[in-house]
Amino acid sequence: MIRIENISKQFGKLTALHNISTSCDKGECIALIGPNGSGKTTLIKSILGMVIPDSGKILFNGLDISGNWQYREEIGYMPQIGRYPDNMNIGQVLDMMKDIRNNNRALDEDLIRGFSIDKLLNKRMRTLSGGTIQKVSAALAFLFNPKVLILDEPTAGLDPVASELFKEKIVAEKEKGKLILITSHILSDLDDLVSRIIYMQDGKLIFHKSIEQLRKDTGEERLVRSIAQVMAENYE
Amino acid sequence: MSKIIKYVIADILRNRIVIIYTLFLLASSLTVFSLEDNNSKGLLSLLNIILIVVPLVSIIFSTIYVYNSAEFIELLVSQPLKRKSIWLSIFTGLAASLSLAFLIGAGLPILIYQPSTIGITMLLSGIILSVIFVAIALLATVRTRDKAKGIGVAIMLWLYFSLLFDGFVLFLLFQFSDYPLEKAMIGISALNPIDLARILILLQLDVSAMMGYTGAVFKDFFGTCPGLLFSCVILLLWVGLPLWTSTRKFKSKDL
Repeated sequence: MIRIENISKQFGKLTALHNISTSCDKGECIALIGPNGSGKTTLIKSILGMVIPDSGKILFNGLDISGNWQYREEIGYMPQIGRYPDNMNIGQVLDMMKDIRNNNRALDEDLIRGFSIDKLLNKRMRTLSGGTIQKVSAALAFLFNPKVLILDEPTAGLDPVASELFKEKIVAEKEKGKLILITSHILSDLDDLVSRIIYMQDGKLIFHKSIEQLRKDTGEERLVRSIAQVMAENYE
Repeated sequence: MSKIIKYVIADILRNRIVIIYTLFLLASSLTVFSLEDNNSKGLLSLLNIILIVVPLVSIIFSTIYVYNSAEFIELLVSQPLKRKSIWLSIFTGLAASLSLAFLIGAGLPILIYQPSTIGITMLLSGIILSVIFVAIALLATVRTRDKAKGIGVAIMLWLYFSLLFDGFVLFLLFQFSDYPLEKAMIGISALNPIDLARILILLQLDVSAMMGYTGAVFKDFFGTCPGLLFSCVILLLWVGLPLWTSTRKFKSKDL
């Protein structure tokens, strides 16, 4: 569904992505893992067309995404730090997004109800707490029933109840055959969600394998421990 | 695209600066017209206010607005929208609201007190200056990532167009006073939209008789139909070129 071919990205002297190639298919739930500053968010932003790679290309359903925008209809994106216009309230932001996306698919308002966002519609974005903004971002990512969900640090600011609810939602969407890409440092959250792992470090893709394979290779049952082992091997 | 323009204009109206700007223009133009017994004199005083204030407000407000909308732009870019239409919508929204502010603030009094060719020329020049300086502001913001630096660049650009350029032209005139520079001055005036607007308006006023030989050459050129067409094309180029460059730059910008 998404094929990444040899993309590299340089920010000044810093190499954010170094010749990365991989592919992701539907029905998979893939975790992007790596230390801070390893290029996870840059990779995600490249897929979304927010960062334009210096070389290489990204194919979405076989089509090159450069200069293309229609493919984003199929993507729901939840940013690491959701930032919205300060002057708007939640209701206006939701209406604006519905107005802009304007597709005829049925809306998925599960999370809006689940997080009781519908009771906060008159609150200004400026006055919201970090966790509430995360909830709005999550609800927006799922709202348009996209085929691909890209979630950047989704559970970092959520309370335990919301976090549980959110994980159930992710599992339900995965069952429907959607492709889900998650980055997170809270590995215990990922344990029962993900089917594959992409491990990145210093802008390089170290490996992309299934979770069973990783367990076998490291000899550890829990994801936390296997990743800890991998990280320790690569840490300098 | 019209949807994004709608949200940009709604957002601009919500932060009230444009309304204060409209009221300021309205107050100053009404004062100027009621102070002078001769409407033509009032127009001349208003001209100076317009040539200073309109570019200043347009460029500074647009620059700050674009920087403050960084979140909004980021949100839009991750949606199924063309980058080009996002950028052009922001431009259209800014240009439309600032032109509207000018139209109400200065345009209404002009049309009431001086509904003549001069008044109309002034009205159109004010609107085109607003649009030109929005386009220049967008170019300044897309090229500088840092907010403080971007606003600094915008202020420098304004200083250049309204003060430094004239100084430069005066210097040139004095240095080369032995040569016939009148024709060259027409070309040089095209390099500054504010000067071009000033010349266009002054030529319609009686005072142009006092501008000496250069004034006569100007009148000879800009007073004619091709001359007028030339200045319109140049003013439109002042909108088109910065806008085109900034759109191209925005298309490949990392957010």
